[in-house]
Amino acid sequence: MKTLTTNSLLYLDGVNVSFDGFRALNNLSLAVEPGEMRAIIGPNGAGKTTMMDVVTGKTRPDGGDVYFEGIHDLSKLDETQIATLGIGRKFQKPTVFEMHTVEDNLALALKNDRRFQATLKWHESSAEKDRIDGILETIRLNSQRNSLASSLSHGQKQWLEIGMLLAQEPKLLLVDEPVAGMTDAETRQTVELLKEINRDRTIVVVEHDMTFVRDLDVRVTVLHEGSVIAEGSIDQVSTNERVIEVYLGR
Amino acid sequence: MSAFLKRCAVLLFAFAVLLLGSQLGQAASYEEALDKFAADSYAETEEAIAAIAASGHPMAAQVLDALQNTRLLYDPASRKVFIKGSSVSLLDAATGQPLAGAPADAQPVRVNNRLRRVIDAALGGLTLLSSDPVKRLGAALAVFKSRESNALPALNAALAKETDPKIKRALTDARAAVVLNFAEASESDKLSAVVVIRARGDQDAVGLLAGLPSDTPAAVSRAAQDAVTAIQSQLAMWTTVQNAWYGLSLGSVLLLAAIGLAITFGVMGVINMAHGEMVMLGAYVTFVVQEIFRAKFPALEDYSLVFAVPLAFVFAGLVGILIEQGIIRFLYGRPLETLLATWGLSLILQQSVRTAFGPTNKEVSNPTWMSGAFELGQITITYNRLWIICFTLAVFVALLGLLRWTRLGLEMRAVTQNRAMAASMGIRTGRVDALTFGLGSGIAGIAGVALSQIDNVSPNLGQGYIIDSFMVVVFGGVGNLWGTLVGAFTLGIANKFLEPFAGAVLGKIAILVLIILFIQKRPRGLFALKGRAIES
Amino acid sequence: MMIPGVSRILDRTASIFLAVVLAIAIVVPFCNLLFPPTSPLHVPTYLVSLFGKYVCYALLALSIDLIWGYCGILSLGHGAFFALGGYAMGMYLMRQIGTRGVYADPILPDFMVFLNWPELPIYWYGFQHFVYAALMILLVPGALAFVFGWFAFRSRVTGVYLSIITQALTYALLLGFFRNNFGFGGNNGLTDFKDILGFNVQSPGTRAALFSISCLALALGYLICRALITSKFGKVLVAIRDAEARVRFLGYRVESYKLFVFTLSACMAGVAGALYVPQVGIINPSEFSPANSIEVVIWVAVGGRGTLIGAAIGAVLVNYAKTTFTTGMLAPYWLFLLGGLFIAVTLLLPRGIVGTVQHLWATRKRPADNDASGVSEQAPRPAE
Repeated sequence: MKTLTTNSLLYLDGVNVSFDGFRALNNLSLAVEPGEMRAIIGPNGAGKTTMMDVVTGKTRPDGGDVYFEGIHDLSKLDETQIATLGIGRKFQKPTVFEMHTVEDNLALALKNDRRFQATLKWHESSAEKDRIDGILETIRLNSQRNSLASSLSHGQKQWLEIGMLLAQEPKLLLVDEPVAGMTDAETRQTVELLKEINRDRTIVVVEHDMTFVRDLDVRVTVLHEGSVIAEGSIDQVSTNERVIEVYLGR
Repeated sequence: MSAFLKRCAVLLFAFAVLLLGSQLGQAASYEEALDKFAADSYAETEEAIAAIAASGHPMAAQVLDALQNTRLLYDPASRKVFIKGSSVSLLDAATGQPLAGAPADAQPVRVNNRLRRVIDAALGGLTLLSSDPVKRLGAALAVFKSRESNALPALNAALAKETDPKIKRALTDARAAVVLNFAEASESDKLSAVVVIRARGDQDAVGLLAGLPSDTPAAVSRAAQDAVTAIQSQLAMWTTVQNAWYGLSLGSVLLLAAIGLAITFGVMGVINMAHGEMVMLGAYVTFVVQEIFRAKFPALEDYSLVFAVPLAFVFAGLVGILIEQGIIRFLYGRPLETLLATWGLSLILQQSVRTAFGPTNKEVSNPTWMSGAFELGQITITYNRLWIICFTLAVFVALLGLLRWTRLGLEMRAVTQNRAMAASMGIRTGRVDALTFGLGSGIAGIAGVALSQIDNVSPNLGQGYIIDSFMVVVFGGVGNLWGTLVGAFTLGIANKFLEPFAGAVLGKIAILVLIILFIQKRPRGLFALKGRAIES
Repeated sequence: MMIPGVSRILDRTASIFLAVVLAIAIVVPFCNLLFPPTSPLHVPTYLVSLFGKYVCYALLALSIDLIWGYCGILSLGHGAFFALGGYAMGMYLMRQIGTRGVYADPILPDFMVFLNWPELPIYWYGFQHFVYAALMILLVPGALAFVFGWFAFRSRVTGVYLSIITQALTYALLLGFFRNNFGFGGNNGLTDFKDILGFNVQSPGTRAALFSISCLALALGYLICRALITSKFGKVLVAIRDAEARVRFLGYRVESYKLFVFTLSACMAGVAGALYVPQVGIINPSEFSPANSIEVVIWVAVGGRGTLIGAAIGAVLVNYAKTTFTTGMLAPYWLFLLGGLFIAVTLLLPRGIVGTVQHLWATRKRPADNDASGVSEQAPRPAE
């Protein structure tokens, strides 16, 4: 194992990924500090989702370093191991277990022994029940707790997925387009929710909605063609010539 | 070599003199020889055989043949010998005149296995000089097998007269075989014989050289040993070539059967379990077309296949489009249920054909231009296999061109890579699906035409290929025709190379196990598409 | 399972199903043995064996429903596990024949004497003991499923790929068992059984007992399945079925779950095969044929996958239809019917019989007791 080289929670250096000749990530370097909330923006095909795939073990990088907490080489681990280390992920398309109730969705996500032997013997403890109640409160789905997830609206599914992330108690949350398809009110509520979560967890959020990113008011990284082209506050990057050229438009 | 030829010439000359000389006393010695049969002792019979063979009498061959088949009778009282004809007729062996009836106590001259070999050799010697080239060749091959030394004079005589190069070759081989087993032949003769046999280079040569008599001189044994080693390594090479050829042949069949499957699987993500039945339908189209030509245009019967190919394509293709429109369209996004529905369909198609045509095999004949075979070194190449390989490659190239240069091909590739994106670009994915399915089925139909030439046309035809086709697709990966090509030929060749070691069945099992292990490394086959859209 | 789990496992449907199975387990042998053949209540012995066969099929269907209905693993090769269990039982029964065989060899089964085998192959050792054979009935299918599943699930072979590979697995075994030198009787398989545990397999009493035991095995298998699917383990299975990637990102080791349930399912199939063999009196390689395995899947589809009782009901219904059709003058049309069934069920009745009934029941009930909280469209079908 490589010695501790960084204080960053998530550290990517010189990461390359290509699909049949197409360079999805091109020498990408990025560091996220503990406790930070980072927004990542960029045009379609900039490599945002691929970056998340690399961090969560879905895609293996062709080269480069991907470290978590400075010691875990994520490029050598698979999804399950990475999730166990404490990295949670919300997909671009809300992915919940449609045939389970809202409560069961959360119960499955609760930080717990993940081995199958344990699930065979599992009984819900009162502590777990309280935890689920708490999360239901946070994501405002208390009244739907016994409904099938498939009966939720799109925005509710997004929240349920965030709720599942919370239940996992990860150190780092990767959130891919959390407000896609949400109403303005829902978007504002989501900003509040993420800020609340950020109090004790690190978050990386990928989003297209500039209003939302502005509302988050955090450090922003702009990706283009698989590399970082700008980083800084939203005001800094939105005045950056190159960002305007490739992404924001004039 | 020239020394050897010279010696042959001398021998021949001597033999010719001997022949001429014997001409005079011919009749007498023949009669004497016949008399020896009447003794009915094995030793005397053997002498008689040699004498009769050497007599050159016109009845000689007939007598020996009768002896061989225990149709040579003798009367102990009169010491006369008769030939019993195939029916009741009877000939006097001495004169060849027909006789009214045999003496009451006439009985067959007995022969044992040793004598039978002697007779064979003698007969071989006699027919070596026959005017019929087929008989001469047969006799030469017989002598090569029997290696009887008493055929040597006849061989030499025949060699001198022979003009046909093929028979001459056989005679030379036969002579060498005899010399090697003839204790009195000189060492240098034997060495030259080893050279002749070594040049022959086949399994028979190995058998001959490895089984030399124990009194063979050491130098000859050594030469023979070397020759065996050389021949065996050469044979091993030919076996490899032969296996590779069989493998190519099997591979081309697999490719033909699998390529349609690969296309539909690539574009639509569904496995068509009725694909084998499309192949079967193609074979039945071939059968029907052949029957029509036989009845209506017998002159064109040889070319019925040329008509069967497009008809099978169109027919199977239409059935395919019908299936897509009637069933698969409604199961989009449920690949496992598509699998079940198409399996049900395959049962129905099989049973329909069984009802219409009967459960028995239908005979589809090879046209003359596809029958027969030719020799390439030590291996035999049949024309039908060769045609199928060429045909498969032609279909493959045509398909490659279609995907590369036509609008449909472009749309198919687009849908394969990213269906949602293709749809949003205005590609009518439903139409692409239907046409793809039709195309895949049509190619299966064409495969049926080809398979009708090498396999039994029965309702179960398709079932025999379907699992292997699946393996090709799994191994080769989807979305790239080259994967299917490589997959089919790899599996075909691997199968044929494993067969000699493991047997056909264990070879097949080994292949299946290897594929299961292979997908450990490449879960999506050799030529898998990569990218985010593929994985999700 | 502990007491609090009982009510969870035995909901109303489950209790009714269990009660019916257990009632049949008692009533059918009772009617066979106690009523004279002239009585209208008499069940002839051949029917007892036929029903016994159906019950074994039901258990096999149950094992497929567990993995397909709840975990999305469509095995087209489960017949292989069934047949392996059957062969293990067949080997025990062969060893019981002893000197009563045609060649009267005390050790070697007839077919080995016929093939001039000098001695019993090692893998036949121990099969004269019932306990050993019973162990093998579970172990052999289980071990094969474990090894196969370990390779397949680890490399994330899913969907149609997995189905095709399982089909190839049973096909490979079919080819192997057809061979004489495999030592399992080749083409003819194992037959001419005499005794099981000292009882004559032909006698009505033994047949009735085998029937009851098959029913008990079905009931037990059903209970195990219920216990699994109502536990958190079962919830993870369904989650894997519907969104496998999500489950991985939650930190579950998906392949262990699949491997466990696949192996368990194979053991169940093995038991079904083992009970099947003494009742039909023969086991031969055709049980490995891929067509057989696919047919089992359609039983499950007809009954309704993901419902457990549907699998059992589907197995009995389809096989009853098969018996009726193939023994009459309609025999040539059976394949049309079976093929049509495959198409009709997938196109028109994707939930199967039990699934459709449950769905209708639920939608009729829901507006009454559920809220106005926006329970919108109907629940989607289980994803592939």
